[in-house]
Amino acid sequence: MCTTCGCGPEHSHAHDTEPERALAVERDILGRNDAEAARNRRRFAARGIFALNLVSSPGSGKTTLLVETIRRLGAALPIAVIEGDQQTSNDADRIRATGAAAIQINTGKGCHLDAHMVGHAFDHLDPPAGSVLMVENVGNLVCPAAFDLGEAHKVVVLSVTEGEDKPLKYPDMFTASDLMVLNKCDLLPHLDFDPGLCEANARRINPGIAVMRVSSKTGEGMDAWLRWLQDGARATAGALAQAAE
Amino acid sequence: MHEMSIAESIVGIVQETARAGGLAKVSAVRLEIGALAAVETRALRFCFDSVTRGTLAEGAALEIDTPPGEAWCFACNASVTVAARTDPCPACAGSRLQVTGGSDMRVKDIRGH
Repeated sequence: MCTTCGCGPEHSHAHDTEPERALAVERDILGRNDAEAARNRRRFAARGIFALNLVSSPGSGKTTLLVETIRRLGAALPIAVIEGDQQTSNDADRIRATGAAAIQINTGKGCHLDAHMVGHAFDHLDPPAGSVLMVENVGNLVCPAAFDLGEAHKVVVLSVTEGEDKPLKYPDMFTASDLMVLNKCDLLPHLDFDPGLCEANARRINPGIAVMRVSSKTGEGMDAWLRWLQDGARATAGALAQAAE
Repeated sequence: MHEMSIAESIVGIVQETARAGGLAKVSAVRLEIGALAAVETRALRFCFDSVTRGTLAEGAALEIDTPPGEAWCFACNASVTVAARTDPCPACAGSRLQVTGGSDMRVKDIRGH
């Protein structure tokens, strides 16, 4: 029924308003972020930069893990860091204290980093070719899963002080990640946490996920983590060299 | 909440489409949000209403189609329907599943004049 004059469909007469039209759209809602992420990915590849998106809940030990990683790698592998938090530059300050370059993004009310923010930060940071770029995302196991930043891998950091069922509770994040770093393993003797169960849960959600048990504090498992980084950086540099031929 | 930034992306797409298609006012927006998509529909509706205020889509109806989740069951060697990522296979109750569909978020069409 016409809401202007109450007539039925058997009438057709023009009103003051134009007839309603439908326009097909068929656009992916995250299309803009995906396009920016693809642009980031191309820029990283062009400079042989191995980019990682570190995700976790707040307090998993991401920043300490990064500080220890930078300290142990030293001059062997240059690392640049993009930090994401709602407020403060505390994390970027801690990274800079190690001598590595870092830039802080404050999202304000925002709960995740997006590709546009990371692209801008990358412009300012301007890391040398062949670097590892670590993007430490806002502590949040939910939202960052949906936002591609242009990284080579998402690495989810889970602390043993969290529950073994975290992968089941936050399946989107664990599905999106290629590596799970089980952190703070030095605390295991004081906890009832079962690392085997946690790993099994992660593999249930994502059969292909790799798992490493580390302790930033004692150095347990750090060699395997550093090797993984070096292998990734080497492969990225190798791909660039091949492309140049 | 990230439903806010998703709502902003939707309204951006709606505004671009309306301008390109010569619509002065948008009365309805149809979305396709897969059952496995990482967005909470009620929160999205709330954010949509908030973000459209003052735009040509203010007051627009938000229609959401929800295609089911699809996964490949390695045990059954067949495609199955799932309601959530952690669901077992509806046929064999196994958990060796790989999600193949139902996690997209799209703006399908808009209506207006």
